[in-house]
Amino acid sequence: MNFEFSEEQLMIQQAARDYAQRELIKDVIERDTHAIYPTEHVKALSELGFMGMLVDPKYDGGGMDTVSYVLAMEEISKVDSSVSVIMSVNNSLVCYGIEKFGTEEQKEKFLKPLARGEKIGAFLLSEPEAGSDATSQRTTAEDKGDYYLLNGTKNWITNGNTAGTYLVIAQTHPEKGHKGINVLIVDRHSPGISVGPHEDKMGMRSSDTHSVMFNDVKVPKENRIGEDGFGFKFAMKTLEGGRIGIAAQALGIASGAFERAVKYSKERKAFGTEIANHQSVAFKLADMAVKIENARNLCLKAAWLKDQGKPYGYASAMAKYYAAEIAMEVTTEAVQIHGGYGYVKEYHVERLMREAKLTQIYEGTSEIQQIVISRQVLSEF
Amino acid sequence: MNILVCISNVPDTTTRIKYSADMKAVDYSGVQWIINPWDELALTRAIELKEANPALVQKITVITAGGADAEPTLRKALACGADDAIRVDAAGGDSLFTATQLAHAVKGEPFDVILCGIESSDYNGSAVGGMLAELLDYNSVSAVSSLNLEGNSVKVTREIDGGKQSIETAAPVVLIVQKGIAINPRIPSMRGIMTARTKSLKVVAAAAASPGSKVVGYQAPPQKSACKMIDPENMDELVHLLHTEARVI
Ligand SMILES: Cc1cc2nc3c(=O)[nH]c(=O)nc-3n(C[C@H](O)[C@H](O)[C@H](O)COP(=O)(O)OP(=O)(O)OC[C@H]3O[C@@H](n4cnc5c(N)ncnc54)[C@H](O)[C@@H]3O)c2cc1C
Repeated sequence: MNFEFSEEQLMIQQAARDYAQRELIKDVIERDTHAIYPTEHVKALSELGFMGMLVDPKYDGGGMDTVSYVLAMEEISKVDSSVSVIMSVNNSLVCYGIEKFGTEEQKEKFLKPLARGEKIGAFLLSEPEAGSDATSQRTTAEDKGDYYLLNGTKNWITNGNTAGTYLVIAQTHPEKGHKGINVLIVDRHSPGISVGPHEDKMGMRSSDTHSVMFNDVKVPKENRIGEDGFGFKFAMKTLEGGRIGIAAQALGIASGAFERAVKYSKERKAFGTEIANHQSVAFKLADMAVKIENARNLCLKAAWLKDQGKPYGYASAMAKYYAAEIAMEVTTEAVQIHGGYGYVKEYHVERLMREAKLTQIYEGTSEIQQIVISRQVLSEF
Repeated sequence: MNILVCISNVPDTTTRIKYSADMKAVDYSGVQWIINPWDELALTRAIELKEANPALVQKITVITAGGADAEPTLRKALACGADDAIRVDAAGGDSLFTATQLAHAVKGEPFDVILCGIESSDYNGSAVGGMLAELLDYNSVSAVSSLNLEGNSVKVTREIDGGKQSIETAAPVVLIVQKGIAINPRIPSMRGIMTARTKSLKVVAAAAASPGSKVVGYQAPPQKSACKMIDPENMDELVHLLHTEARVI
């Protein structure tokens, strides 16, 4: 057992922290308020290698382990989860999916630009009528011999407009149910694709969420990942890893709010003393610290299992579920500790609280994580 | 041209400095170490110059005098973009000791421009750069806030009272740099972090030298006294307290 980070892991953590605390912090409130996409930050983080940090250097990635990824995601998310969600979708859903299951040609053609951050990826699973129940896909990918014909609508797609490369999940053989589903790599600018308006969200307002419509979009056969009918399994496998990213994001939201609450409690005075000297405030901080430490350990355990090539689906569901729940609790308490100041934008904690809420919803709601965890518990014990 | 950047390994600037119980030593337990901020800017400028003109700046070397525990800081400098590193295996001592160790490792090596931060954020000695130039018998310019290279000519500006001074000098030279030399310190990229491990970090044995001074003890700064709030209506009391308690008027 060893709880030490390597020198490289610490360097990555520091690099992410430096970027977040020096650059992201400057305009985060402005971007959130006006829902401005962080174009320059995505470019800078791509140049630093964060957008493809998990990809093998042979495909132009950073070649870093998942533990480093958790450390980086936490630091970026302490400041701005609109940016970290772009990083998470690109790294752990799109790049991972192609690298793990794609052909050599697909990696050469699609993975490399994604790993360099020249193109950003999007993962298109959810539909208006298929959220938690991802098996009921209505989008169809009709087999036309040498191409698929794609029709349907995807909802809530992160990077929906800015992405250059889509991974689209669609039904080819409705009679086979979820075993008839495929996953296709689709160029965002293919004829027949239209993107809906930017969703006006409660939090992560500067990330780019859209619905995407497909109207007779032709996708070459060689863009299918895996065997015919592999799509649903692909989505589930990829989301297992994606959850580590979102868990680390939730962790960062919690620890970012916590750091602000600790600092504020040592500055703000009430009844003749710093509020940290009031036991009910100090005990809140103690509870927050314990929850964050637990969430961090769950995230790192899931990441470590993945790095070791061991099964990590159960651990990543636990990490995502727990970190998202405590992010909501911790950010709510951080606002409370800030009193009225916590309720205005300038102090950041209200924004972190809005961001926390999303971590309980996307990449599998908390209830879906409970289903995954309870199934495993009941089958094993 | 070859550029050498002298790196001081210092506690993170947010560290709360603690002392041993007898106040004769700094207690470094639990301290996070970083590249001295001025040295980090110097390194950043060296990297910028090399990126802008790789034909002119062939190599950037970083050097520190310190124990093996300073190596992570050197590797961070390698990750940022330095080409190789030297550690003189000599920890502690005063400015003269450090300058002597650096000079010992550098003498006879083909460095054209040597960059030193104006001071280190821990001991604020502001002496190593000047001493190093003297020991090497190189020219030196202090308080440099911008640097450009053209052929063999080294063009710098210095902050002076009421303005800036432009100076041209020739290599080899020691430049003692301050804020402004680069704007944002370089953040290492993933690629940089990965390749840092493969770059050379040479350890040089210490020179026989002894410090020119000895630390006899430390004193912590006095505790800040509590802030006193005075009613804005009550100006007389403010004047009275400034006179009798603060004794500033
Ligand atoms: C900002 C944002 C970004 C997103 N980005 C993406 C993206 O990039 N790609 C993508 O594919 N999707 C994305 N999503 C979609 C997201 O993953 C879904 O919203 C999520 O899976 C929930 O689906 P739903 O909204 O249809 O809710 P529903 O599935 O309708 O769920 C409604 C409620 O019912 C509960 N519920 C449902 N079934 C059960 C059950 N069996 N047992 C107990 N409770 C249940 C849920 O937990 C939830 O509380 C994004 C969503 C948002 C809001």
